[in-house]
Amino acid sequence: MKTITRLKDMDKIENSLAGDTGVCIVGCGTCATMCRTGGQEQVASMKRSLQALGKVLTGTLVVPTACDELSPQAVRDHKHAFDDADAVLAMTCAFGVQTLASTLMRPVIPALDTLFLGKEQAVGSYSEICMQCGECVLEDTAGICPVTACHKGLLNGPCGGTNKGKCEIGNDTDCAWAMIYNRLQAMGRLDRMRKYQPPKNYQAVSKPGKVQIPLQGSEAQ
Amino acid sequence: MSTAFKQALEDGKFVVTSEIGPPKGVNLDPMKHHIELLKDRVDALNVTDNQSSVMRFPSLGGTLNVKELGAEPILQMTCRDRNRLALQADLLFAYSRGVRNVLCLTGDAVPVGDHKQAKAVFDLESVQLLHTVRHLETGKDLGGNDLDGPVEFCVGAIVTPEADPLEPQLLKFEKKIQAGAEFFQTQAIYDLNNFRAFMDFARQFEVKILAGIVLLVSARMARYMNANVPGIFVPDELIAELEAAPKGEALKTGIRIAGRMIRELREEKICDGVHIMAIGKEEVVPDILAAAGM
Repeated sequence: MKTITRLKDMDKIENSLAGDTGVCIVGCGTCATMCRTGGQEQVASMKRSLQALGKVLTGTLVVPTACDELSPQAVRDHKHAFDDADAVLAMTCAFGVQTLASTLMRPVIPALDTLFLGKEQAVGSYSEICMQCGECVLEDTAGICPVTACHKGLLNGPCGGTNKGKCEIGNDTDCAWAMIYNRLQAMGRLDRMRKYQPPKNYQAVSKPGKVQIPLQGSEAQ
Repeated sequence: MSTAFKQALEDGKFVVTSEIGPPKGVNLDPMKHHIELLKDRVDALNVTDNQSSVMRFPSLGGTLNVKELGAEPILQMTCRDRNRLALQADLLFAYSRGVRNVLCLTGDAVPVGDHKQAKAVFDLESVQLLHTVRHLETGKDLGGNDLDGPVEFCVGAIVTPEADPLEPQLLKFEKKIQAGAEFFQTQAIYDLNNFRAFMDFARQFEVKILAGIVLLVSARMARYMNANVPGIFVPDELIAELEAAPKGEALKTGIRIAGRMIRELREEKICDGVHIMAIGKEEVVPDILAAAGM
């Protein structure tokens, strides 16, 4: 599972950087590299685009994992690049943007939009896997998540828009409930689908998400 | 408490419902004209709820117009645009104004409509909304709080007899019955043999089934629906019949087809009634009924 990101329109990035001349670009060696949105190659390409727009590049770097503790260290290691920059362009997920922003007293501009947590099914083709609803129902749905994979997040079976195994929204999207039905049937567990699923608890996770989980086992000693 | 519509279902007569589509705007005259035209020909009139995810005058408002003009309304309620607080509040309001028949729907997807960037709600869905209505009838809301004044509704749902695959749809149909659905209005049906097979299954349950009749106005429309509308299947013979219509007479042929189907459903007692959807051509519903010998 990784954070799936997509490059913003260059017009939008140019707009966000209006008035800033010195720019430092930060990529990420983890999810954004795997998505080919914030790796070495994309950072180098962005550098050329910004230079063509008349920006002065004070530095470019790809930190190992933009969201974690090492980012502040990487920022310290490249102090001059950041000190000389009017703005930092983050080619990372939104988590990376926020980690950098909390470390730097500089505007941090996202170059990417963060789409969802998912996986790459084929080259360049990404699917969302889990919406982190805080109330897992996979035990009744044959390991396929209807909250995520059904366009409407339905819990009690397919809607009238199901069409030959596909969803009415198009894009060749599979109907989650057709898949769930097929698997449950193959396993002889259709009784799971007959069970009434009550409305979800949308406060299962407080918003903004914040939780204190007591330590268990030996760690609790 | 029984509504006039529920009484009609229980009397065992062949029930006829039709639908009213509220306007985009506040010129209610055409909608009121359709209500006037149909009110003495049908047992109840559905009022659609932002149908096809297109923003319109609300179904709740439309059902009040139906009441005011002396007809029996069925409030269509989708879960796309309102969360559980708003749905329950609207049910209380509907009851207070004498709107006592509710059709519980999940609702079309937002991207098929005209506000494609809107946030889809789906806090509840059709089965949960049916449960919600039945729960309100116990005198409590979904939060477990007492209601000051009970409600009572005649509750329905929809089913798609031509869904592909059909089995998951039938399973959900059963869940809707368990959740308290008393009647079903089906998605459009055109193949009576397929529909008979569906009714053989549905007859084991104590629910009333009104077959969905969508007026065909051209061979082009039939082909379009076959290609683009999930759960609709127009057989080739009907398309050929529409195609063979003389220039300018396709609508007449569509009326004849709809009338013939209704007559067959009624005479052979295949189901308990029909729900006629003449999308945009409400003025010909009386002609359809005349063609059906009603």
